[in-house]
Amino acid sequence: MFKPVIGLEVHAQLSTKTKLFCSCSTDQENVPPNTNVCPVCMGFPGVLPVINKKAVEFAIKAGLALNCEISNYSKFDRKNYFYPDLPKGYQISQYDLPLCRNGYLEIFVDGEVKKIRIKRIHLEEDAGKLLHVGAGDRLSEADYSLVDFNRAGIPLIEIVTEPDINSPKEARIFLQELRLILRYLEISSGDMEKGSLRCDANISIQTQEGVLGTRTEIKNVNSFYSLEKALEYEIERQIELLKKGEQVIQETRHWDEKNQKTVSLRGKEEAEDYRYFPEPDLPPLIVTEEIKEKLKREIPALPKELREKYFSLGLSQTEVEIIISEKKLAEFFDKSLELYNNPKNLLNWISVEILSYMNDNNISFKDLNILPENFIKIIQMVDKNEITRPVAKDVLRKYLTTGKDPEEIVEENGLKIVSDTSYLQEIIQKVILNNEKAVSDWKKGKKQVLNFLVGQVMKETKGRASLDVVKNLLEEELNKL
Amino acid sequence: MEKQDFKNQLKKTAHLARLYLTPEEEELFSRQLQSILDYFNKLQELDTTNVESMAHVLPLSNVWREDEVRKSISKEEIFMNAPEVEEDGFKIPRILKRE
Repeated sequence: MFKPVIGLEVHAQLSTKTKLFCSCSTDQENVPPNTNVCPVCMGFPGVLPVINKKAVEFAIKAGLALNCEISNYSKFDRKNYFYPDLPKGYQISQYDLPLCRNGYLEIFVDGEVKKIRIKRIHLEEDAGKLLHVGAGDRLSEADYSLVDFNRAGIPLIEIVTEPDINSPKEARIFLQELRLILRYLEISSGDMEKGSLRCDANISIQTQEGVLGTRTEIKNVNSFYSLEKALEYEIERQIELLKKGEQVIQETRHWDEKNQKTVSLRGKEEAEDYRYFPEPDLPPLIVTEEIKEKLKREIPALPKELREKYFSLGLSQTEVEIIISEKKLAEFFDKSLELYNNPKNLLNWISVEILSYMNDNNISFKDLNILPENFIKIIQMVDKNEITRPVAKDVLRKYLTTGKDPEEIVEENGLKIVSDTSYLQEIIQKVILNNEKAVSDWKKGKKQVLNFLVGQVMKETKGRASLDVVKNLLEEELNKL
Repeated sequence: MEKQDFKNQLKKTAHLARLYLTPEEEELFSRQLQSILDYFNKLQELDTTNVESMAHVLPLSNVWREDEVRKSISKEEIFMNAPEVEEDGFKIPRILKRE
């Protein structure tokens, strides 16, 4: 047998305003290199770290949401190694006493629930960024490098799973679910493209029940898709080796996005020796029941709970996933539901009209200016036959871009449904006169041209007429011919 | 620990700390470190079965700050000690050895 055994190490940048051990801003996007830095995060001699309370709270929240035990006593340690992006020569991290331990996350894979155990979650600081300058932008081709310490000291949580994952797909679903939870907690943006969520994967192949194979570690995975692809590649590579009777070498491998394969990182034959020791400049953290209870109360309804709620409303799995994909969207859905008790219809409006608007403008729900009251007004105008569905779509888009009251939009642009039959008759006559060919086809029995003619009438009314009414009137007129 | 083993251990530790020792220094530090380690071995003899390990001597915990941004130091000050600066970055030599 060849059974893949996978464990993940996930690093998530916490969305605090300041760094983990100093008061520098965590903003990296709108500033030149080495702007949000100070003697503490640049590792000047003699400086002292002071921990950010919010970062501790965020890490505990992650632990609570992932069903972890929160350590009553936890401390920090120095992880020693040399690399130019690490100004102090050590990273402040947590070694033997992490903040959170022994949790789990349940994921849905092919209709089944699977429990992935979380071994630990600890707090640590991020390193700086290196820009390699040379023939290519890669380390191996660089003539020299430029160091930017804006990122150095940004708080990270490292989430380590037990090796409970058995396929690339499970790994991808786990990471997606984890990101969703971090976003619901509002503790991390979870943006993989920007590096605020990073994932390393340990993978081995089990050939016998109870016997673990030699594992490799895959780094440089920058998207959910590449996590799945990298694992698929590595599983195949390891199985091929084992089939040939060869050994898997324990090593770190790099995911080469361009060539879609994992490659060995050479020159790392020596086992890493980080010489962890307690960080003497940071007193321990004691998490009391009181602190835990306060943070528990701040945790919102999480995806799992919402899924159950929406399933009970009769929504399908696909529909439920749409609603819970963003916390703000789920909140909007709930508020809309209070005003308009028809979940299926609401969902239809959201998934067809709102999501397409978001896609067209490449924005997420939280960027929309939309009030449930106004959204429901538009739906109700359709329900009450005051505007047609195609007009409603335009009204919604105008509302989203201008923020104007939907009723005013309808009023100002004369978008009310046209129920005046004599006006419609006039248009129908015009359409019949202008489309001789279609009309004669109809007479010959080609009934499907009716849709074309209806379309012409609708165009003339700018979508303001009821489809059924136009259809009936048009048929009546054609029959008279 | 055998003397040679100990010397290898010392060399490895020196390498991890990027310290380059002369043979004389190796001899000297070997002797000094050996006596320190001997002392710790002596301490190991103490029965600490029911004693919790301690990382800090001061009775302090939860010393933290609020998440409020403070102004950092100026660009000039930041680069004051930098041997070379390019495009607001600290310029450093090539990281890997040439093959």
